[in-house]
Amino acid sequence: MSGCLLEARELTKEFPAAGKKRIHAVSGVSLKIREGETLGLVGESGCGKSTLGKLMIGALKPDAGEVFFRGKNIIAMTEREFKPLRKELQLVFQDPYASLDPRMTVRDLVAEPIETWGLCANRKETTLRVQDLLRAVEIPEEFLCRYPHQFSGGQRQRIGIARAIAADPSFIVCDEPVSALDVSVQNQILNLLKALKASRKLTFLFISHDLSVVRYLADRVCVMFLGKVCEIGPTEEVYLHPRHPYTRFLLDAVPVPDPSQRGKEIRLLKGEPPSPADPPSGCRFCTRCPYAAARCAAEDPELRDLGGVQAACHFADKAFSV
Amino acid sequence: MEQKTLDVRSLTVCIQTMKGMIRPVNDVSLEVPRGGIVGIVGESGCGKSMTARAVMGLIRYPGKVTGGSVYLEGREITSLPEKERRKLRGAEISMIFQEPMTSLNPVMKVGKQVEEAVLLHTNCSKEEARAKTLDIFREVEIPEAEARYNCYPHQLSGGLRQRVMIAMAAVCRPKLLIADEPTTALDVTVEAQILKLLERLRDAGTGVLLISHSLGIIARVCDYVYVMYAGQIVEQAETEVIFDRPAHPYTRGLLRSVVSLREGAGTLETIPGVVPNLLRLPAGCSFSLRCGMCTERCEKDAPRLLETEPGHKVRCFLAEKEGVR
Amino acid sequence: MPGGKQKQIEQAADLRVQSQIGEEERFRDLMRRMARENKTAVFSFFLIILMTLAAILAPNLTPYDENSMDLMHRLSPPSAEHLLGTDEGGRDELTRLLYGARVSLLIGVVPTLLSLILGSALGVLAGYRGGITDVIIMRAADVTLAFPSMLLAMVIMYSLGGGLVNVFLTLTLVNWANVARVVRSQTLKLKNSEFVEAARIIGVSEGKIMRRHILSNCLPTLLVLFTLNVPESILTESSLSFLGLGIQPPNASWGLMINTGRQYLYNAPWLCFVPGAAIMLVVLAFNFLGNGLLDVLDPRQKKQ
Repeated sequence: MSGCLLEARELTKEFPAAGKKRIHAVSGVSLKIREGETLGLVGESGCGKSTLGKLMIGALKPDAGEVFFRGKNIIAMTEREFKPLRKELQLVFQDPYASLDPRMTVRDLVAEPIETWGLCANRKETTLRVQDLLRAVEIPEEFLCRYPHQFSGGQRQRIGIARAIAADPSFIVCDEPVSALDVSVQNQILNLLKALKASRKLTFLFISHDLSVVRYLADRVCVMFLGKVCEIGPTEEVYLHPRHPYTRFLLDAVPVPDPSQRGKEIRLLKGEPPSPADPPSGCRFCTRCPYAAARCAAEDPELRDLGGVQAACHFADKAFSV
Repeated sequence: MEQKTLDVRSLTVCIQTMKGMIRPVNDVSLEVPRGGIVGIVGESGCGKSMTARAVMGLIRYPGKVTGGSVYLEGREITSLPEKERRKLRGAEISMIFQEPMTSLNPVMKVGKQVEEAVLLHTNCSKEEARAKTLDIFREVEIPEAEARYNCYPHQLSGGLRQRVMIAMAAVCRPKLLIADEPTTALDVTVEAQILKLLERLRDAGTGVLLISHSLGIIARVCDYVYVMYAGQIVEQAETEVIFDRPAHPYTRGLLRSVVSLREGAGTLETIPGVVPNLLRLPAGCSFSLRCGMCTERCEKDAPRLLETEPGHKVRCFLAEKEGVR
Repeated sequence: MPGGKQKQIEQAADLRVQSQIGEEERFRDLMRRMARENKTAVFSFFLIILMTLAAILAPNLTPYDENSMDLMHRLSPPSAEHLLGTDEGGRDELTRLLYGARVSLLIGVVPTLLSLILGSALGVLAGYRGGITDVIIMRAADVTLAFPSMLLAMVIMYSLGGGLVNVFLTLTLVNWANVARVVRSQTLKLKNSEFVEAARIIGVSEGKIMRRHILSNCLPTLLVLFTLNVPESILTESSLSFLGLGIQPPNASWGLMINTGRQYLYNAPWLCFVPGAAIMLVVLAFNFLGNGLLDVLDPRQKKQ
């Protein structure tokens, strides 16, 4: 089995909100990412997916908890110690329009990480390397001197990807990289990511709210609800036999492009998602969960191992047996 | 013949840009039956939102409706003076948008905003309007309606805001509701609830025109689908037919591109290239640049919308041939 | 091979679509857009160039010397010999005007540039660093802005004495605060933009982020500020010179010329009107140019 590349231990991050409240973005999340795998991270908006992604690459400082990269705790490091690791941990942004400096050419954008890390001796070498990278993301070389606004969303996302892989990182967080794109373009990017991952031996944390997309890319999947991990396990297993009631509802709610299923009654979750500024006590899903019992409101369920899959539900084994 | 709520005939919208004239809506005809949900599906920039705006009469300079007519329950409305149209909006046709936050006034209580819509279009008293507002809040399943009445938009979650928008749109019992990507900004579990709500409105007799880029949503709630590409309708049919035997290469591509929730692995199907720039559409079929089955004829002539079987129209030369067969 | 063909189509489609998207946006394009939308601005631009050229080429354009007196022809009205007449010392008014343009334009441009450099550096620093740096810089700016600018300029000129360099210094000290404020607010916005976060994740150093990503995105604003501040400086200098605090005679500046001409307003009105008109023309030209640029550089228009 391949080793553990990145490990989060009891990560917690809160943000101040209006009225002395605090938004509990990530609450005590622990997970391991193995070298060479793609871990899918799914959940609804505001569940702390993006925050967790940024914590994992050291772009945000957690309030508590640790992140280990190849066994070294990056949270405890000084700025100088962390600096060389910066280029190992990269991010692909959701919004290809906002994440590229509008006043820089494609060449300069892609060259920026190369120059920052002094990977090439001179300008000419840098340009050659930029051309290689653009070829890798399938952007024609003649566009080298164009500006971001002259590209379509999909092409911009390709440029963003080229920037992320420019310094040969080992780990990339993809933060909803296709949710701003059209269906047909979305697939081009997904295929590209999958190909790059194989050819460059990358490890991905793939964040998405779209369960189908995660299904395609991820080896393992982690479902988050309100700052906590509900369920984590091999993708097939989680999708086919969800243990946590939230995972079930999530999978049920995805619209299937098959009109024959139209008449089928969909089980709807009741109510609105609780606010992350004021999470319910005990299990955070208990206010919406149809199976909730008194115990759920009182006691926060731990992640338990249930045959390869871990789920945080008091009744997970029961639901499993049904 | 069944009663049509909306009948759009050859609607065309032009926009004069600095680089030339574009037609984001080009000769679009569509119908919405009473108590039906009709979908328009397409990628961004294909003109689906613009079509909705044109039906609402919300096209602003430099855009202009240059042709076609819109019938609302048999009454032509494009030729009505602006004042008359304004009366229609909110009362007989209403619209909900993708991002409810931007369509609600941030400094006004949501209850008041809905109430205002009631007062504007009916001549009832303040008390009646308030009662109506609370009724519709309960109908769209806003929990604790009385408390929510006094909330400001930013105090509500995205799902609740969209419910408020739907309440505002439905409070005057419009004949037609246009929903422009109503669930794109929402989470899947909330999306399912909102779609359910649209179905309930449909059952109450409102015709719904649902605009979406998601085939999953279309499949779930629509009876009839129009597929738009580069300002034109390229295929139209009943939902089952579109999903069962799509005839246009673009529709086929779209359907193949859907990432399945049920099975993983392999390489995903894609449609090559990107959505074309409306300023420079190809001479022939607008899809010819990206079409894997493009022939010489496709590059020269523009195909017409042709009925291949009852209720199924396709804008493609290949389908024409198949139609003959 | 279906895969190969697919690829070909893909690339061809990409290329064809790409070639449709607009050309590089450069200065040329900017002027072209401005020419289409705002003719006054383009006219102003050329007027400014023309005036600058006239000022530079002053010795070649007139046969007279700017300072040599000719008391025989004091206060003579415009004639073929002296197109704009002569002043109280018999000096050719047109010559004085051209030489005065050198000083006035220089005073418009140099302190504005200096205040832009100083102001934007401090503004970016204050906005990006925040904390105590921000407090110190912005309070200093507040103090500067709290005084009426004319009063401040007078106080500084009094303590420094007249002369071109001191005028530069004074106007820079008066104008930097405004620039710093505008740049700081832009920086605050840009600081939280995704592309700056992206640069940080890539590992770009703070200094480089400020220069490369933030300052370069403030450039359009700075350009507009420049065109709006130049006339401001010219006017302030004119007022200072008018009050006897700016450029010292016998050197010519437009403000000074009005000041001396004032005494002869009744028998030689052109001595006031000509430099006055020149000031008005330059100020208007810069203002129109600024407005034109503002229109063209507005990102909302760019989207269309």
